[in-house]
Amino acid sequence: MTIAEVSTKPSPATDSSHNPLTSPQPSLWRDPDAKPFVVFENVTKNFGDFTAVDNISLNIYRRELFCLLGGSGSGKSTLLRMLAGFEQPTSGRILIDGVDMAGIKPWNRPVNMMFQSYALFPHLTVEKNIAFGLKREGIADSDIKKRVADMLDMVQLGHLGKRKPHQLSGGQRQRVALARALVKKPKLLLLDEPLGALDKKLREETQFELMNIQEETGVTFVVVTHDQEEAMTLATRIGVMNTGNIVQVGEPHDIYEYPNSAFVARFIGSVNLIEGHIIEDEVDRVRVKSKHMDAPLYINHGISCAPGQQVNVAIRPEKILLSHELPEQTDNRCEGVIVDIAYMGSMSIFRIHLDSGMEVRVTQPNVARDMGARFTWNDRVHLYWDVDSAVVLTA
Amino acid sequence: MTQSTGTAVLERLWQMSRLGNVNWGRLMVIAVPYFWLALFFFIPFLVVFKISLSESAIAVPPYTDLLDLDLEEAYLNIKINLGNYLFLWEDSFYLDAYLSSIKIAAISTVLTLIVAFPIAWLIARSEGNTRTILLALVVLPFWTSFLLRVYAWMALLKKSGPINDILMAVGLIDQPLQMLQTDFAVYIGIVYTYLPFMVLPLYTALEKLDMTLVEAAADLGYRPIQSFFAVIVPMALPGIVAGCLLVFIPVVGEYVIPSLLGGSDTLMIGRVLWDEFSINRDWPMASAVAIVMLVILVVPITLVRNSSKQEDAA
Repeated sequence: MTIAEVSTKPSPATDSSHNPLTSPQPSLWRDPDAKPFVVFENVTKNFGDFTAVDNISLNIYRRELFCLLGGSGSGKSTLLRMLAGFEQPTSGRILIDGVDMAGIKPWNRPVNMMFQSYALFPHLTVEKNIAFGLKREGIADSDIKKRVADMLDMVQLGHLGKRKPHQLSGGQRQRVALARALVKKPKLLLLDEPLGALDKKLREETQFELMNIQEETGVTFVVVTHDQEEAMTLATRIGVMNTGNIVQVGEPHDIYEYPNSAFVARFIGSVNLIEGHIIEDEVDRVRVKSKHMDAPLYINHGISCAPGQQVNVAIRPEKILLSHELPEQTDNRCEGVIVDIAYMGSMSIFRIHLDSGMEVRVTQPNVARDMGARFTWNDRVHLYWDVDSAVVLTA
Repeated sequence: MTQSTGTAVLERLWQMSRLGNVNWGRLMVIAVPYFWLALFFFIPFLVVFKISLSESAIAVPPYTDLLDLDLEEAYLNIKINLGNYLFLWEDSFYLDAYLSSIKIAAISTVLTLIVAFPIAWLIARSEGNTRTILLALVVLPFWTSFLLRVYAWMALLKKSGPINDILMAVGLIDQPLQMLQTDFAVYIGIVYTYLPFMVLPLYTALEKLDMTLVEAAADLGYRPIQSFFAVIVPMALPGIVAGCLLVFIPVVGEYVIPSLLGGSDTLMIGRVLWDEFSINRDWPMASAVAIVMLVILVVPITLVRNSSKQEDAA
């Protein structure tokens, strides 16, 4: 399948084939016997007193599109730069395809990088930019020409080969940077905020394109981003980073539905965190008492905790239901007053003040046109949700 | 180069005046530097050119007039003497002096470039206060007299100077080296004197250089030395060209350094010009030497500038 087809009309088939949950390819990271392609072994990087990366161990598998997601200063870029060879770990080991990368210089690594600023050579044409890396490989000129032309076709820039970078738009430059990195056929492609400089509409198109190029070439991608939406759509797995640590690794679905800490829950999407303490702790369910709630919180998954322990219960805004009548269920409900409504078209966002003073965010899909009239400012409403909607967080 | 911009300005003025919207404020701003250039460059150039077409004479000033106006007889006698230029061509002494000057200027430009590049790189890559201090150190020599600094080099290089003393004390040489009055001393003097003119434009170019480009080259398989020639040099080219012109042009006509540090066989056109002018008192000949030197310098520079402009446009 060509990119052109996909980028113009992304078919449902392409989307689902990329979704790891329905992917026809085996998900290597779920197989405990699979051999990891990139290995971080207790990697630490210090810059003077500052610890940018703090004892990280991480496996990335062949053909993955792995996203390192984190805010600025979380250490995600340092991790990427260590893969490229621009930084050496202070301690620990990095292996790529079984080879220890210690002491291997950037120019000798089977790795190419797409820079955040694209780092295109301004004095060279698009063609020469792409051919730049091949010139060092001792390939015949005719072969270089062919590979450059193929790459230009793949990123749909065949007609712009003679232009200089400053004559291109941001999106075109991004494609040239991608082509320049891919033309060397690296084992591992590193992408530093690949969509960061593009506007929203272009980002969406390019996301699908990136995913398709990744599938087509079979190259393992490691992407650094601070944009959780970008990570969610692109990644096979996400590693969420905070202050030099990887706080959670998982498929986008897992990270969103089962965050392991308040930090991850807040970082990915928006969330309501309800403080409370454990009153009942069974193998397959937990009951939490909170001063904000009229009824106890009941969650149908077990966690390792002790009765009386302080916890946060995380509930996503879209999982909360609103009603004027008292719901039938006895758990997971509370009452409040609507103080703010934001109509977003496809959905509406409600800010609701609970009687305890806590503010809760609720989103409702506008499935019918008159949804807006059902709940309005200063309405007193009941909030409730399913037993499997919320997550208990101990961290 | 001044000429081409001059015509461009005139054309623009012509267009504006035809449209009736001459911007007088802007004209005034442009006029000041043009007036300055005309007064101190173009008119003196015409004067020198005029002298070069006259004949030497025992008079004050020591050359003949081009125009001989006799009002009573009502005739105007224009006498143009091309003999000076012809003599320049016929006597190999002048040609040798030009070639030797260009050779010395070319070699010392390359030497200055080689010395200046690491300095400029270091300054461009250092940060904050260090950068300010290093830049100040580059400019610092200008605070003392140029002549004084050349005399200092004479003291350093002479047979009983500290350099010879140290080399003998260490035991590298038995006899003091003859360094003064050689081409070697001339090169030292030129590289030393003109270094800031090379460092500053290079620094400006390298300071703007995006280091991620160097990283990108490394990532694409370029060793540091390879990426130096494939990325850094092309990116720094405007600075390299500017620095080389700033060194090459004045060095071709350099007089003080070769006469103080060079030997009697160091032939440079600046010295020839001075001898022609003050010892021979042949002003027309000296003027012809100067005009030819100007042509030799302006033509290649204009070519360089035009080619770089075309590249920018492409």
